Amino acid sequence: MALISALYNYWMVIVLMMIGLYIILTQRNLVKKIIGLNIFQTAIYFFFVSVGKIAGGSPPILSESPPPYSNPLPHVLILTAIIVGVATMALALGLVVRINEAYGCIDEHELAGRDGDE
Amino acid sequence: MLVTALAIASVRDLFAAVMLMGIYGLLSASFFVLMDAVDVAFTEASVGVGLVPLLMIYTLGMTRDVNREAKASPGSLALVSIAAALLFFGTLDMPAFGSADAPAHRHTAPRYLDESMTETGIPNVVTSVLASYRAYDTLGEVTVVFAAGVGVLALFFPGASSTLDAGNPSLRQYTVPRIIGKILIPPILIFALYVQFHGEYGPGGGFPAGAIFASALIMYAMLFGLQTLKRVVNHELIRVLAAAGVLLFGTVGVLGMASGGNFLDYDYLAADAKTGQHAGILLVELGVGITVASVMLLQFLAFADRKNAMENG
Repeated sequence: MALISALYNYWMVIVLMMIGLYIILTQRNLVKKIIGLNIFQTAIYFFFVSVGKIAGGSPPILSESPPPYSNPLPHVLILTAIIVGVATMALALGLVVRINEAYGCIDEHELAGRDGDE
Repeated sequence: MLVTALAIASVRDLFAAVMLMGIYGLLSASFFVLMDAVDVAFTEASVGVGLVPLLMIYTLGMTRDVNREAKASPGSLALVSIAAALLFFGTLDMPAFGSADAPAHRHTAPRYLDESMTETGIPNVVTSVLASYRAYDTLGEVTVVFAAGVGVLALFFPGASSTLDAGNPSLRQYTVPRIIGKILIPPILIFALYVQFHGEYGPGGGFPAGAIFASALIMYAMLFGLQTLKRVVNHELIRVLAAAGVLLFGTVGVLGMASGGNFLDYDYLAADAKTGQHAGILLVELGVGITVASVMLLQFLAFADRKNAMENG
């Protein structure tokens, strides 16, 4: 029982991550694949932030609340990761739009078939 | 959150999936607050709920492809199960959640928590680590954001058109959102500036502030039409600003070097180290905020322009 409550967060992260991976593997629509990638990515954010949490801790802003403070390092990493993630996701979506303009579809199998014809 | 993720996986309608992404983002932000990561929560709330679904909707609007039934392949299911089992096995060795003496808390973190107040004089440790101790990494990340913005522009370059806004993506015809928007947008902009400049003392800083600022302007474009936004913010100006933010960051670094320290060493910017740190962090965060806000606006405008161009032939 203690084990379950101690590792519950990490297990949920694994489940989320695997849902994301499953979407990436099975979906044929490129936008849906990007959504899967996004879920995978957020699962990793959750993992890092969970590692940084200290039970009974407070946000790492000194002098406002008493110690212990949660670990600020994962926060820094994830804060920047979110913004970079969005910027690169926009790039991925841009690529999808251009693929659609060039091929008229964003279905993985159809795309592969068309490339084979040429 | 798990339920939402499962729903996203199973729902076939792409539009519904994108809407669920918004809910997922909001839940993530609440989770971050629970985990004491207030700065992260700010960023996720403005980005995950607003920008991500928005850009996805634009993409869907431009592609109009039906989502065919995904075939449930036993191979990928097996692969996913095996990966899950391995990861699960890995967690058994992890320290219990929330324990204060986990290895992650014992090396660099105490140094930052104990010393950063005397070294930088800034209460928000997340800000001081981001902008001072780890400024190199942050400079790299800002450059990545900038590069991604340039990438989107490059992808959409030939289609950069100035067609008249047909009013399609805007909600101009609805009165209630318009009035609420009019009331809300100015406070959001001011809040973004507050988050920007108060980042040293409370949760905040350049990254969330830039995202909030951009969201407010994008909301304005959605309510009053793209052309109205373009009258307010000049396209050229945002492009210049996106680069200027990175440049500001780098310049502060070089200034530190010129006045006798290392690259991005703020101690030498002013007579005493603390003032120097203050000034350095403030300037660097400003650079981050400017770049993030303008890159997000640029990307949004690129998508919106492209969509307009397609609709008008």
